[in-house]
Amino acid sequence: MNVAGLYNYWIVILLMMTGFYVVISSGNLVKKIIGLNLFQASVFILYISMGKVMNGAVPILREDVTTYSNPLPHVLILTAIVVGVATTALGLALVVRIREAYGSVEEDDIHRQDESL
Amino acid sequence: MLIEAINIVLLGMLALTALAAVRLHDLFAVTIMFGIYSLLAAVVFVVLDAVDVAFTEAAVGVGISTVLMLATIGLVGRHEQRPAHRPLLPLLVVAVTGAALVYGTLDMPFFADPAAPVHQHVVPYYLGKSPEQTGIPNVVTSILASYRGYDTLGELAVIFTAGVGVLALLGLRRRKRPAKEHPTP
Repeated sequence: MNVAGLYNYWIVILLMMTGFYVVISSGNLVKKIIGLNLFQASVFILYISMGKVMNGAVPILREDVTTYSNPLPHVLILTAIVVGVATTALGLALVVRIREAYGSVEEDDIHRQDESL
Repeated sequence: MLIEAINIVLLGMLALTALAAVRLHDLFAVTIMFGIYSLLAAVVFVVLDAVDVAFTEAAVGVGISTVLMLATIGLVGRHEQRPAHRPLLPLLVVAVTGAALVYGTLDMPFFADPAAPVHQHVVPYYLGKSPEQTGIPNVVTSILASYRGYDTLGELAVIFTAGVGVLALLGLRRRKRPAKEHPTP
């Protein structure tokens, strides 16, 4: 029961750490943003997992159903998905702008041109 | 029980897709892996009863995000430089963080436990009162647009700000001053 009950959370942590690893180890700015999106999607799965109720139904009210899954995490994550796309678009626009200014999207190149590392 | 089995298989596929995205160095392939990952996540949401989230993720996560990434790759090039050094420090950081998070899950309520605290607070009120107070059978909609309407308004402010930011970065003064050419090593 213990492992089955926490399986979802552990997989989500694995997915989160995969995204986190891409963010901190990759030098390419586009790949960093993709890693950030992987991290973000795994947080969505964490929230939706917490909203599931055993034998619950989709939270659309009907006459013959008594148990519903929790709608509150769904609302939070709907908001988060849309905000996530907005931040992704902003991040990618920054990457395009950096490419125009530096001619590269690799962190090492940018640091070398700025002599900042 | 079937639902749990499907859930376990889908989460395993998600893990494989994420690991493939880490291993690949062609950004086009990484982006497609991210699209597959989002689509699998949308299927997981259907299995976990979150249908509204599932179609938003399928439309926005798979559609718009992937298209934005592909457009960016078209502008900046699709091949990633191989890192010169071994990624030992990032691996260590990730392992320590992951271990701390796993420790944090140990006293969480089990998956799908109906007695979990998250199901006890305001949700019974919303589920019980939503039909008479808002007249909408879909409780997710009634919370999003009515009970938590101001949060949704704040979300719109965030999206508007991001749109203004994108326009300011790319749209308005584009090509007036050509970018200085740097030699790429």
